[in-house]
Amino acid sequence: MKVEDLVKFFGLEVKAGDGQLHQEVTGGYVGDLLSDVIAHSLRGNVWVTIQTHPNIVAVASMKELAAIILAGGREPDPETLKKAEEEGIPVLISLLPAFELVGRLYQAGVAGIVSC
Amino acid sequence: MEQTEERYPFHNTFRIEGGNFTHAGSVSSQVKRILKEERFPNSVIRRVSIATFEAEMNVICYAHWGILTLLVFSDFIKVAIDDEGPGIHDVDQAMTEGFSTASDKIRELGFGAGMGLSNIKKVTDEMVLTSVVNQGTHLEFMVKVFS
Amino acid sequence: MTLGDIQKLLDAEVIAGSENLGREISHAFAADLLSDVLAIARRGADGALLITGNMTPQVIYTADVVDLGAILFVRGKRPTEPMIELANQIQIPLLMTSYIMFETCGRLYHQGLKGCVEKAGDGAD
Repeated sequence: MKVEDLVKFFGLEVKAGDGQLHQEVTGGYVGDLLSDVIAHSLRGNVWVTIQTHPNIVAVASMKELAAIILAGGREPDPETLKKAEEEGIPVLISLLPAFELVGRLYQAGVAGIVSC
Repeated sequence: MEQTEERYPFHNTFRIEGGNFTHAGSVSSQVKRILKEERFPNSVIRRVSIATFEAEMNVICYAHWGILTLLVFSDFIKVAIDDEGPGIHDVDQAMTEGFSTASDKIRELGFGAGMGLSNIKKVTDEMVLTSVVNQGTHLEFMVKVFS
Repeated sequence: MTLGDIQKLLDAEVIAGSENLGREISHAFAADLLSDVLAIARRGADGALLITGNMTPQVIYTADVVDLGAILFVRGKRPTEPMIELANQIQIPLLMTSYIMFETCGRLYHQGLKGCVEKAGDGAD
């Protein structure tokens, strides 16, 4: 499954990284505490969060995540989008709250590491 | 016990220490308990408690100390918070969802996402925020009991 | 679904409120940031399950303030003694699982647990 498939299936709004949607998704991670994301997310994961500040791009880039999905319709800071374009990290928006979005991603076959 | 009009208004004050995360949230918990004892509708208690929690966290995250005053009337509840601290440079900007001056440390604790003030505005019927830089911030909000 | 079902589904450890495992839980939401918890709860989250990795005592106070049904800590994080004491005092059940939040939400959703809000903007603002 690729990022672009998720965009299609879940009607995600693409805010940045249009050219990077062909990446294969290795699984999912959800959370808003950056140190947890750094500790546990894996390369190629889609990351569901409600954090909108530019640091999320730095984390996604460092961990080589496939995309950031902002849950609950959160709008990214302009600075976040600028950085995301520079780093080639797709930033997507879903109107669903994190619980439902993750539930549906899971049912669509996106899995994560299971436990810590 | 029979509740009569003469019970109201009454008020309670609470002191909040800036930077003291150990008991952060306890004032909101007490406010909720007081309103519960007065048997206000659950939705009213929830709205006041949510706004009070955000306001309490703001003092703890950003100010030196503050005083929270709960004023209970029979038909509305008002909360006023006065703090001594750095104040807010641009009140309109501070009200914008997502805008935050929180340090990375505060964010890592799960606070400072820039949603607090807009949360308060959304759950209350009226809200006033004024601030003097390097002195402090005054916030008050009101929730009607019957709307 | 009961708290007991949730415990089994996620190999969770009951940290506080083991006498409440029969409690019915019909809704859940996931959040690490307290403001997000409060933003969701303002549309009503009475009796809901909060799934979180926020390990501050404030998460317990928040649960009290908005009348949540239980808190489930994820990512193998263990609540501190003061948090447990507070939870017992406030009478809010605490569970912990070593599953990450993604797996936790996925399993619960798959078993039919509903979210608290359907979409951003829903409910009374």
